Amino acid sequence: MEGKEKKIKITPIEHGTVIDHIKKGQGMKVLRILDLVDREIDSIVSMAMNVNSSMGKKDIVKVEGKELKNEEFDKISLISPNATVNIIRDYEVIKKHRVGLPDFAKGIVRCKNSNCITNQSEPVETEFEVTGEDPVKLRCTYCDREMTGEEISENVI
Amino acid sequence: MSSEFKKNHVVAIDDFTVDEIRTILDLAEEMTPIVEGKKINKDFEGKILATLFFEPSTRTRLSFEAAMKRMGGRCIGFARPGTSSAKKGESLADTIRVAAGYADMIVLRHPQEGAAQLASKFSDVPVINAGDGAGHHPTQTLLDLFTIRKEKGSISDNHIGIAGDLKYGRTVHSLTKALSMFETEMTFISPPSLRMPKEIIDMLKRKGVKFQEVKNIEETLSNLDILYMTRIQRERFPSDEDYKKVARSYHLEREMLENSKDDLKVMHPLPRVDEIKADVDETPKARYFEQAANGVPTRMALLKLLQEV
Ligand SMILES: [Zn+2]
Repeated sequence: MEGKEKKIKITPIEHGTVIDHIKKGQGMKVLRILDLVDREIDSIVSMAMNVNSSMGKKDIVKVEGKELKNEEFDKISLISPNATVNIIRDYEVIKKHRVGLPDFAKGIVRCKNSNCITNQSEPVETEFEVTGEDPVKLRCTYCDREMTGEEISENVI
Repeated sequence: MSSEFKKNHVVAIDDFTVDEIRTILDLAEEMTPIVEGKKINKDFEGKILATLFFEPSTRTRLSFEAAMKRMGGRCIGFARPGTSSAKKGESLADTIRVAAGYADMIVLRHPQEGAAQLASKFSDVPVINAGDGAGHHPTQTLLDLFTIRKEKGSISDNHIGIAGDLKYGRTVHSLTKALSMFETEMTFISPPSLRMPKEIIDMLKRKGVKFQEVKNIEETLSNLDILYMTRIQRERFPSDEDYKKVARSYHLEREMLENSKDDLKVMHPLPRVDEIKADVDETPKARYFEQAANGVPTRMALLKLLQEV
């Protein structure tokens, strides 16, 4: 069933990346976290929201003509730990990846502590140690403040 | 001597191992005759320490400057941001890079959390954190530990009471973390609204540290070897009334000490307002002025170890 639905709603791509099983409502954030919204890229980027699947509703993101790299999809895990990344060549899935949490998240999320030095105009990327997986927990390596859940998705850069 | 010390910068007390702390305290002890003027030291002759204080803290700054000068070095810097280029919008990163070109070491006090961590990334000379917002103040903790060891002969095997604002007080958080590395028992004395944060309580449980939480000084005073007092600030309470009602039970006066051990030592990071009455000062139990003075040998030891790395 799931496969059939996908074929209807998400047209297959010849070459590129399909990010599947994104937590419902987080698709836009995935686009943003991967910098696919503002960046000048040749690829066609499309998104399906609220797609039915065996595990409930989900979002799907499709990037044509571009294979995402490991460090890119590690970022996705911060907001949607169960997402999968499919690399497509000639309409075939050649690589299927569950996203994995990185040990450190650099420059992806802003610190929630307004008095943190990284929220001033200093020439540094934010840096968080991933201290929890389910739910994802991040500790700012500058001010030690911990962030989780909505705090993380609200602060995606 | 410094084989146990491998730090380039001092940002947080958590960065130290027990052995590193011992190395610092041992060396601080050796520095005492120099501080007392009984020995002359020229280890820092020709060296410059930059003290960059983006918020004022007279005691901390003077103590670092005294430490540097006791070893023959000199100091440059500023005591408040009004006199610095930061006021003109320069980033901390730039200020640090410039200062690192002028000085052999940097002491930084800054109102924002994480400032010292950032500074350490942009400096090719050692950076010492002298307080960053609500964050860390590791040299205060080191001098507290030095004081406990000096007064008691060891840090371990003491029952230490920590009283006052335990929720917001960064001094007590750092001290508690540091004490948890030794074999101590702790009693936290605070109003219910200002108890130790959950993260710290969880950390103590995880480490199996013996501790309890109580609501007033008198119910626990007779058990203590050390009483570490801190101030409860007016801002933490909705009204003057509320504040006065609560704060009064966290005041120490001479009469109360009658129920304490003979060798109880009372400490306080200073400045105090009225949480320790002046009549306590004359008792041999009051050690807070000695504690403040201990900042000099402790900071001398730290400067010296950083120079040798
Ligand atoms: Zn932070």
